[in-house]
Amino acid sequence: MELLVFGVFALLAVLSAIVVVSHGNPVYSVMSLVLTLVSLAVLFVLLGAPFLAALLVLVYTGAILVLFLFVLMLLNVGRESAGAESRVMKGVVGVGAVAFAAIVASLSVSLGGVDLAPLTPELVAVKPLARALFSTYLLPFEIVGVLLLAAVIAATVLARRPERPTEGSRS
Amino acid sequence: MSVQFVATLGMMGLWLALLLNVAPVMVWVERRGSAYIQDRLGPNRVGPLGLFQALADAAKFLFKEDVTPTEVDKPLYLLGPMLAVVPALTTFVVIPIGPTVEIGGQQIDLVVAPVETGVLLLLALSSLGVYSLVMAGYGSNNKYSLMGSVRAAAQMISYELALTLSVVAVLMPVASLQLTDVVAYQQGTWLGFIPRWNVFPQPIGFLVFVIAAFAETNRLPFDLPEAESELVAGYHTEYSSMKFALFFMGEYMAMATLSALAATLYLGGWSLPGVEFPESPLGAALLGFAILTAKIVAFMVFFVWIRWTFPRFRFDQLLRLGWKVLLPLAIANLVGVAALTIAGVL
Repeated sequence: MELLVFGVFALLAVLSAIVVVSHGNPVYSVMSLVLTLVSLAVLFVLLGAPFLAALLVLVYTGAILVLFLFVLMLLNVGRESAGAESRVMKGVVGVGAVAFAAIVASLSVSLGGVDLAPLTPELVAVKPLARALFSTYLLPFEIVGVLLLAAVIAATVLARRPERPTEGSRS
Repeated sequence: MSVQFVATLGMMGLWLALLLNVAPVMVWVERRGSAYIQDRLGPNRVGPLGLFQALADAAKFLFKEDVTPTEVDKPLYLLGPMLAVVPALTTFVVIPIGPTVEIGGQQIDLVVAPVETGVLLLLALSSLGVYSLVMAGYGSNNKYSLMGSVRAAAQMISYELALTLSVVAVLMPVASLQLTDVVAYQQGTWLGFIPRWNVFPQPIGFLVFVIAAFAETNRLPFDLPEAESELVAGYHTEYSSMKFALFFMGEYMAMATLSALAATLYLGGWSLPGVEFPESPLGAALLGFAILTAKIVAFMVFFVWIRWTFPRFRFDQLLRLGWKVLLPLAIANLVGVAALTIAGVL
């Protein structure tokens, strides 16, 4: 039973991920990404981490991908067919995929001797996770928060309209 | 079959009976209520008090011609109305309907899915509802529909933050994500007559939650995605027959689920001070569900009342209210509740 659920959703995740990068219509790509993330959430539940699964759906599909769709629909780029640069882009994506596969392969070779223990429910339940985040890993956690804040401020500054030059500032 | 399984099936039956009937009943309440507020009669011809009007409407929806425009994006156009009801039919699983009962020597919580993640699961599933509107609006290949979807996406993101933060403030003193613990926390009374409901210590959080709930369900005064004076009918302009009815049902079911969540978080859920629950599991479940349903109905009537009382916001006003008023209020509420929790007051 567990194997069946894993098989179905792992396959769904991989197939929809392929659609994400191969589909010509960006709106369909985002919708496939939704499917990928929901399938991954199911896999998290199978691993005994319902908290991470709920967060994955809540943050990524519930907020970030909606934002993607919002931008796509606002710019109305949906129905444009892929332009001439698509062949170059496909080449770039191909090189990226090969590079990623190489990194994963080299990692798995170099970590071959390391004992990678599977996640246990005691590690990923809400309370132990929260305790670890706010005690052992407090500093990295705070640094990530500051980093994200800096990104938000930078985005706001970039998105603002340039102020009109006032009298006297330009000759 | 195990006892747990039978109990779960029974509870799902109760919820489905409520959720599938909420749309027809609420359409009647909405039409008669609006008529009452506007000093009209409303539909009063079919059956006593016009109660069978909903049946007539349902028959009309089923037999109307189902038009699919030729230039639509078929997969998305068809998925839109289907997804409208899916989140609404899944989110109720974490809302408890009664106390812990003993069946055949087994302790069973009267909640369909007693998962540790509890309310987070509910928020995650209900956040998927926006995809229905986006798919419908984009798939319709109609500029009014597209505008409706763009508005829906922006509105959902803006108000989801405030909604979630007000929920977090409720969970902090309880120190659990499970709604059964939230209800257990609200038992008893202050001074013998004020129920220990979260609405009294957290009025600001309650206000933020209710306003955000109106925005999340696209109800007036926040029904910008389907503002009929500007967008014809917004994201469901191109839908007819039962597909349109599915959007309708989805909206009312989402209202019912959010009302149930509001009742559970702020008004004591299935419990009522002074009401003793019977020993028998069936009696306890039915009594708890009846109390919860009464609270849900009160919220739904409030939804209708607000709809026919306030005019629609402008879109920029809506976003300003979400980001510049509700979000700071929710954060201030969160900090205040955190301080009080650490001080041991709550």
